[in-house]
Amino acid sequence: MASIVLNSVDKIYAGGVKAVNGLNLEIKDGEFMVLVGPSGCGKSTALRMIAGLEDISGGEIVIGDRVVNHLPPKDRDIAMVFQNYALYPHMTVEENLAFGLKLRKMPKSEIQKRVNDAARMLGLEQYLKRKPAALSGGQRQRVAMGRAIVREPQAFLMDEPLSNLDAKLRVSMRASLNQMHERLGVTTVYVTHDQVEAMTLGDRVCVLRDGVLQQVDTPQNLFDNPVNLFVAGFMGSPAMNFAYAELVRDNGGASVAFAGYRLPVPDSTFAEKPGLDRYIGRKIILGIRPSDFEDSGSASGNGAGWARIPVRATVTEELGSEINVLFTIDAPPVEHKDTVAAANDGDDEETSLPLTGDKSLWTARVNARSHVRPGQEIELVVDTHNLHFFDVDSGLSIGHEANIGR
Amino acid sequence: MTTVAEPAIEPNPASAIRRGAVSRIADRLGGGLVQVFLILIALFWLLPTLGLLVVSLRGETDNNSSGWWTLFTKPAQLTFENYSNLLASGFGASFWNTVLITVPATLLVIGIAAMAAYAFAWIEFPGRDTVFLVVIALLVVPVQIALIPIAKLYGLLGIFGSILGVVLFHVAFGLPFAIFLLRNFFAGIPRELLEAARMDGAPEWRIFVTVVFPLAKPAIASLGIFQFLWVWNDLLVALVFADTDNQPMTKALQSQMRQFGTNVDILAPGAFLSLLVPLVLFFAFQRYFVQGMLAGSVK
Repeated sequence: MASIVLNSVDKIYAGGVKAVNGLNLEIKDGEFMVLVGPSGCGKSTALRMIAGLEDISGGEIVIGDRVVNHLPPKDRDIAMVFQNYALYPHMTVEENLAFGLKLRKMPKSEIQKRVNDAARMLGLEQYLKRKPAALSGGQRQRVAMGRAIVREPQAFLMDEPLSNLDAKLRVSMRASLNQMHERLGVTTVYVTHDQVEAMTLGDRVCVLRDGVLQQVDTPQNLFDNPVNLFVAGFMGSPAMNFAYAELVRDNGGASVAFAGYRLPVPDSTFAEKPGLDRYIGRKIILGIRPSDFEDSGSASGNGAGWARIPVRATVTEELGSEINVLFTIDAPPVEHKDTVAAANDGDDEETSLPLTGDKSLWTARVNARSHVRPGQEIELVVDTHNLHFFDVDSGLSIGHEANIGR
Repeated sequence: MTTVAEPAIEPNPASAIRRGAVSRIADRLGGGLVQVFLILIALFWLLPTLGLLVVSLRGETDNNSSGWWTLFTKPAQLTFENYSNLLASGFGASFWNTVLITVPATLLVIGIAAMAAYAFAWIEFPGRDTVFLVVIALLVVPVQIALIPIAKLYGLLGIFGSILGVVLFHVAFGLPFAIFLLRNFFAGIPRELLEAARMDGAPEWRIFVTVVFPLAKPAIASLGIFQFLWVWNDLLVALVFADTDNQPMTKALQSQMRQFGTNVDILAPGAFLSLLVPLVLFFAFQRYFVQGMLAGSVK
């Protein structure tokens, strides 16, 4: 096992397209790092550069304590799982697993042992003599995993390995992947465009956009403290709600006004977000997570820091345990380039209504006990401790430690 | 603007069922008719070959006095005399020459073309596409315009009239098509498969031998049969470049043609023998034509 370090790595394709731009990333020994971003953000290119399948245009990549910039893939001691599995169709499962070991001139008994161990771990024992064509999608996926495991490499690289599975299988494979990483503890770099996969799998998640690193942090920190509008809009499903708002302070304390609503801003927020007070009296972009809403009737949202807003539900999406309430607010939709980019390439097809005039569509996630129906008036409460504030021009999160001084 | 009322469509389950049954019968009938038709065409196509076989199995006087179909009413005419005469006349040597020309000319083309196609498909080198274009352009060069210059060249090299000369000529003119065919097939192999092999630690030649070559079996088999047939049936190149000692069957048979008289008792068994080998080969490899070797590889 080894750490992987990328030092201002560039990838410039013929024709001048910069797929990866000055990427700095340190993946610790044994860490599960997820690279996530919309399609075309350079995450796969970054992974392929670590693998050695793609030349590095600038910077350096270090695996363990070796600079591997000019090493061919076979000398980097890493294994890769491909999106379409790339199993050798003319070989049996056993031969597929053993291929990489045979090439390394490993003794037969050792090959046999490792293949059997991996097959037992992945539940592939009864399929060892079959060819890939005779396996289901999930089984092929496990063979692809097995081919990486038997090598016992310094690191696993995975390029959207679950995206060809159906939804249910994907969830169970996600759990198996987590277990596998727990058990083997091998450094893993995992590429996906699915932010749910990124949140559930990663020890840390690295959000990329247009080849530029946006933020690297634990899933919870990414969710709670996104560094800019793009990360805020990309992580989390349903996506964060945005509106142009004004920050004001009067005798009653600070508050944020938008679309006819007025939410108090607790003093603790100003303490957590240094520099926020400089925005008082100015226009900002307000962000509220759908999960920070609750139905006032069914929630214990009467304590301090919860503000009430009355809305009319336009659409409700019942998910069993909770309900997504979609409602319009009387404010123009935020069309910042970052929020648009995050919304366009999301995995989910968001419900979009033909908006009348300049209203924007918000989502609140409330408890299923709310029983709210479309067209109904409902009073929502908002957790004002979790409001997000962004600069209108730069799109950066106000008061985020990474943005101080920018 | 006037509005035209849509003709009302009334669902009529009874007629739907009836139409279903009728069309099903029509399908079956149609399918049967097509099959009968195809069988008839196949038989018609096979008739001359069958005639050739029968003629080769009858004596010279019988062939001169009556048509070949009389064998079916007078089975006593059946004889293998023609074949024993043919072999005694030294035809066996020209059969052997054909084999000596065809087998190397086929194997060399497959081997060279497969390696060239791999390079054109998967290895990046400067000028790759231009060179490939030149190879494709060679497809349009007719054999005939090269006969005299190459004959001169062979004279200089001292291989004119030898089997080697014939083989080299066939290889040279077989390669452009072979490279074209295999490169396009190789290019269709998923890139990830080669990358997976590269990650597994396989050097380039190993990827070629253990991953690409087995996958390309169908393409290689069909290429092999094409090339084999072209060389096996070739007369022109043999006429120009092969000595009498090194002549293949086609040339030997051609030299048996008479301006007057037929000597069909030599030609018929000879022609049938030359037909037999490609047939056997075709049946031996035909499963590769229908088999999709890539099934199950990706997704």
